[in-house]
Amino acid sequence: MTLATLAMLAPRLAHEFPVADAAGPEWAAWILWLPALSTVLCGMCAALKVRNKLPAWITVSLLSGSFILTAMLFAGYEQPVTIHLVDWFGITWSDTTFVANFAFYVDRLTLLWMLFVTGLGTLIALYAGEYMEGDVGAGYSRFFAGISVFLFAMTALVMADNLLMLYLGWEGVGFASYWLIGYYYRKPSAVAAAKKAFIVNRIGDLGLALAVYLTWHAFGTVQYAELFAAVQANDFSAEAGGWSVQAIPFLLMLAAFGKSAQLPLYVWLPDAMEGPTPVSALIHAATMVTAGVFLLCRMFPLMVLNELALPVVAWVGGLTALFAASIAMAQHDIKRIFAYSTISQLGYMFLGVGLFTTAGAAYHVFTHAFFKAVLFLTAGAVMHGFAGQIDLRKVSGLRHMPGWRVTSYTMLYACMCLAGVPLVTNGFWSKDAIMAEAFAAVGPGYTALAIIALVTALLTAYYTFRVWFRVCAGPVHYEPGLEQHGDAAGGAFHPHPPRLVINLVLLTISAGAVASIFCAEWINGMIEGSTAAGGLPAVHEAHEGAGVWSDPHAWMPYVAGAVGLVGIAIAWYLHLANRTAADDLKRALQGNVVSAWLPRAMENKWYVDELYHGLIRAPLWLLGHILNLLDRYVLDMVIVDGVARIPRMLGRGFQPLANGVLQSYAVSMVGGVALIAILVFVMPEFLEMLNGWIGGAR
Amino acid sequence: MTSLTLSHFLFTSAVLFVIGVIGFVSRRNMIVMFLCTELMFQGAAIAMVSVGRYHLDVSGQVFVIFILTIAAAEAALALALVVLLFRRRETLNAEAWSELGEP
Repeated sequence: MTLATLAMLAPRLAHEFPVADAAGPEWAAWILWLPALSTVLCGMCAALKVRNKLPAWITVSLLSGSFILTAMLFAGYEQPVTIHLVDWFGITWSDTTFVANFAFYVDRLTLLWMLFVTGLGTLIALYAGEYMEGDVGAGYSRFFAGISVFLFAMTALVMADNLLMLYLGWEGVGFASYWLIGYYYRKPSAVAAAKKAFIVNRIGDLGLALAVYLTWHAFGTVQYAELFAAVQANDFSAEAGGWSVQAIPFLLMLAAFGKSAQLPLYVWLPDAMEGPTPVSALIHAATMVTAGVFLLCRMFPLMVLNELALPVVAWVGGLTALFAASIAMAQHDIKRIFAYSTISQLGYMFLGVGLFTTAGAAYHVFTHAFFKAVLFLTAGAVMHGFAGQIDLRKVSGLRHMPGWRVTSYTMLYACMCLAGVPLVTNGFWSKDAIMAEAFAAVGPGYTALAIIALVTALLTAYYTFRVWFRVCAGPVHYEPGLEQHGDAAGGAFHPHPPRLVINLVLLTISAGAVASIFCAEWINGMIEGSTAAGGLPAVHEAHEGAGVWSDPHAWMPYVAGAVGLVGIAIAWYLHLANRTAADDLKRALQGNVVSAWLPRAMENKWYVDELYHGLIRAPLWLLGHILNLLDRYVLDMVIVDGVARIPRMLGRGFQPLANGVLQSYAVSMVGGVALIAILVFVMPEFLEMLNGWIGGAR
Repeated sequence: MTSLTLSHFLFTSAVLFVIGVIGFVSRRNMIVMFLCTELMFQGAAIAMVSVGRYHLDVSGQVFVIFILTIAAAEAALALALVVLLFRRRETLNAEAWSELGEP
């Protein structure tokens, strides 16, 4: 596509959705204010040292209120509207204006995101009420205040009617993420992970900040309604060819890759699993990490400003999907496997956005939110019940243990969704929508990208069921983790099966996952009526023809289903039918000189952390040390101390004069006067010289 | 017989002053040192008077009157100080007071 065709395309794309020109109901403001109120109340609970589960009930009830209001807004939705809350920025100078208020832009995309954000937020807060009960009276209020801040910021991000409020929410969710990853602040690894998440996200945030500025620079507004109207009117021709407009999609992309953990900024997400498991489920799997996808969907009309932008998104997404899946295959920590799986699935979502199938991407976001929340919550239930045990080699046969049935089978269903078992799982349908589009789309190397996506699906099925076959199936065996409390007195360790609330939440979210199987058409409609309406511009022409094999949408379900089942079968053979086969395979690989590096590299996450350490941290560390030495020895010792030493040396020279003997003072005084007298009277030329100096100074 | 010139007076004043300085520097007794400072005063006073006379100007003599008055007041003060210092250390030796010196 050339720039000329794009100039035609951008307004055509933009015309496919209605832009808000009416005001919405004012009560909707409470969708934002309820989480804020919850934050304040939880903060008060922390200040008053509340020693019961009050913060959990405050959070759950206010967040459910937020969800109910969102549902009411959805039920009464007719057309895109803006809802004004509070004036924020309204600056005018000469003929320029900058307006950014606290206001909502409600279209179908907003509603879709808000429904699952508030809905899952409520359910996971309910789960956390039981999960975090060990911290009642200690960090309990702090935890729920963090969850409430997160929901507040996420609501601001999703519902914002301008880029500045979106930026506020964007930074807010980053801060909430930092807060909650570092929840166990006595644990050095958790604090390090929190810092890592925050610092890596800064790189993406810089991209967003620059994108906001350039958008304002190019379009003269950051408010969506005016911005999209300007795009529809093609009203940016003055600088449309300039680099500053062309850069906007790439900067937005950088922001999205940071927040949604894509190559090369994904490294923070696996470490973020140091946080409590409900946080991993809510923030680092279901909602916050999809903010990048949301940003690209919301700003989709701007993403076509450069014809290379969307292919880059597609390629980064596809490569991230494969890369993260390959790492997930060789990890032992269940939560980290799921974290890499999240990165991999987010890769699919970006692949979808890059291929213009925003509907497929949004559908995958929606289905992924449910099944990944279940996966994390079941992993959390295992951690909770086995004193922090999270190594898949140390727990097995979970489904045969009393009280673990719900956990095992909801996990099985979520694993099936992730693996893409045909027909009965939501993940199958959403992944299928993206992969079919990958085969159908025409673009730079898209066939290779489609094959990458298919291979990734195979790996996904394998590593997902590796977890399930190891942990839930097989002989009953367990070793407790390190966080033993209460059981030490009895000597023997007894697992705590999850109680009613956790089971109920797991079943509810699983039911949501089942329900989302039937949501494909609904989500298509939601996306078509929103800013993300991508349409499919002229990419299908090459495939138009008769026969099943010429249309990927027709044959993809069979291929994707088969690939998923093959992956599960491999996992079944290596980890259930023959539980030592995987180790044998690893040993065989290590025994061969040619392939010995492979298992080690995969277990060590392809050494990416080490690479970043070498490329970024080590040089910075070295630079810091050089500057430290420079400061200590050159600045401090030579310059500061050197200057300070001059008066000290002078003083040392004259010190003998001040010996405390009155007569010697008198001698020096007389001597001084005599010296001056000699200079003045006996050496007239000296006097003249002095005169010359004084005259010169004058 | 040669007539008295200004140089004679100035020489006398210089001699008095130098005697005072030498005495001040060489003696350790505070009262003697004080007397030596008075001697230096007198040297200066003679120089003033003689130069004033040489120029037929009375301000030299006026200065001297002032100097004498102030020297009288200062003598009272200085002797009181010497008495106080003596009470502290039971000695008139000026070397007993050397706290201000650098070690």
